[in-house]
Amino acid sequence: MAVTRILTTGTAPNRGENARRNWYRFSRNPLSIIGLTMVILILILAVAAPIIAPHPPSAGKFLNFSMASRAPSAENWCGTDVFGRDILTRVLYGFRFSLMMVVVVLSLVVPVGVFFGLLAGYYRSTWIDTGIMRITDIFVSIPPLVLALAICAVLTPGVFNAMVAVSLMWWPWYTRMVYGVASSLRGEFFVQAAELTGAGKWHILFKEILPNCLSSILTKMSLDAGWVILIGASLSFVGLGAQAPTPDLGSMVAEGSKYLPDQWWISVFPAFGIMLVVLAFNLLGDGIRDMFGTERG
Amino acid sequence: MSILSLMDVKKFFPTAQGVVRAVDGVSFDIGKGETLGLVGESGSGKSTVAYTVIGSHAPTSGSISFEGEDIGLQASKRPLSIKKRLQIVFQDPGTSLNSARTIRQTLEVPLKVHGNGMSRQQRLERVVGLLDLIQLPPAYMHKTPGMLSGGEKQMVGIARALATGPSFVILDEPTSALDVSVQAKIITMLMDFQRRFELSYLFITHDLSLMRNVASRVAIMYLGKLCEVAGTSEFFRNPLHPYTQLLLSSIPVLSDEEERLKPGQVISRGEIPSPVNIPSGCSFHLRCHRKMEICEHKDPEMVDTDQGHRVRCHLYP
Repeated sequence: MAVTRILTTGTAPNRGENARRNWYRFSRNPLSIIGLTMVILILILAVAAPIIAPHPPSAGKFLNFSMASRAPSAENWCGTDVFGRDILTRVLYGFRFSLMMVVVVLSLVVPVGVFFGLLAGYYRSTWIDTGIMRITDIFVSIPPLVLALAICAVLTPGVFNAMVAVSLMWWPWYTRMVYGVASSLRGEFFVQAAELTGAGKWHILFKEILPNCLSSILTKMSLDAGWVILIGASLSFVGLGAQAPTPDLGSMVAEGSKYLPDQWWISVFPAFGIMLVVLAFNLLGDGIRDMFGTERG
Repeated sequence: MSILSLMDVKKFFPTAQGVVRAVDGVSFDIGKGETLGLVGESGSGKSTVAYTVIGSHAPTSGSISFEGEDIGLQASKRPLSIKKRLQIVFQDPGTSLNSARTIRQTLEVPLKVHGNGMSRQQRLERVVGLLDLIQLPPAYMHKTPGMLSGGEKQMVGIARALATGPSFVILDEPTSALDVSVQAKIITMLMDFQRRFELSYLFITHDLSLMRNVASRVAIMYLGKLCEVAGTSEFFRNPLHPYTQLLLSSIPVLSDEEERLKPGQVISRGEIPSPVNIPSGCSFHLRCHRKMEICEHKDPEMVDTDQGHRVRCHLYP
């Protein structure tokens, strides 16, 4: 009984103390707060798009040529495109798309990349290390966009394949980062202590080494979110990502670019949307990096 | 009856500069409840002895037996029962605890491995018991090592070693990274645990004066070899090896009374040579104040003088 009481009373203050210290480090830079606010706002906008968008049908197959290519006005804040679709609506739905891409890509890439990184780092200088790290070298040596373009071109263009392509080119970076941390930690005394007392390999990989990589992983994830969106938009821009009529920010910029500079709003507002999302995630990422302190890069 | 016995243990490390003869034929026994103080300068190979015994790496040759079982050859393939009875406390408390895990999680690792299906509640009670043993309040289990002082961290390191109920603990310079005031507390605690749990210690240190109060026997190591082994009182009363005399005379003292206890003034010359390039003959002859002709080309053998006092020097046939 007494023991349980200790458990409940002892936990709270220390966790609170940690959280407060982390928040202090994070909030020291006002830009981090701006980034966090922007990310939260964009998340709300994306989730609530069907409710708050001024003209939800514009997000799908919709034609209304009587409304085509209208400049921004009180009715259509960001104007309409050549099919008469409301651009603000399509940008809001475009956020959904970009964020979904981030979630899918990172949830594929991070577990795979981290797992191989831990394995290669812990078994440094063995064939496991050589095998895994040489494979990552192959991926890393090809310029990322070129690799993604090649993969998308081989597969049929589409959102799913774009995500596959981006994931394939991304995981080696997590492997390399975690490899660096894991291979320096495996000689530490706390790892030796666990080994010498007889703890299993999985315990050492996931309980001893992984928690020490989490701050680097989290920082990289938040900085990468912006890049994933940018790469996804680039693929869509060249026609290898999302296909019409999907409201994707990259393909909207591509379509609108044909009507520049006269009907500038068709491409400028989606482009502005991309900028906002990427900026938001980068500011947030910088804040998280400051919060964990030691990482620079 | 000895609990740990090393027979002519050698450990060589191949490097780009040549073979490092870190441990070059070391033999000693440690009896039950005894503390052997293994003393040497940095680079003498004393920590390599510790890591060979604990099993971080297998010895190049020689045999190590622990409670009658041969544990010499296979480092990572030792049975769990050996790992349970043979534990180590590391030198640097800063890196021997995982800073990303709480004290409770750290102390639970040996309990999970060796606990034979202890329940969560039993483990929790054992962690509280271990914290009580090292005189820390139970709420410390929720702290991470970053919130602890150096001394507290080292005490947690000791508690982790004791968690499995070992019979033998290797102490690898357990106090050298700590303040003097904290050192005293930790040493007192270790001595107390030794009595209560009938532990045997291999105490690795470079602090010879500490051994006077702690060790039951003292062994001096120089460039991978033992120079002198003797019971503590005999060792300090009658140091035989010139290197021992040098070490004893370099201990800083407070008063003239202490100064008179020292075996005459011996000037320390030079530093410990590289273990890659060990001098010919007796490896100590370059620094020895009683060097003879024979020392340059013939390595002396370990000889027994009396009452278990062993010395490896041409002065003592």
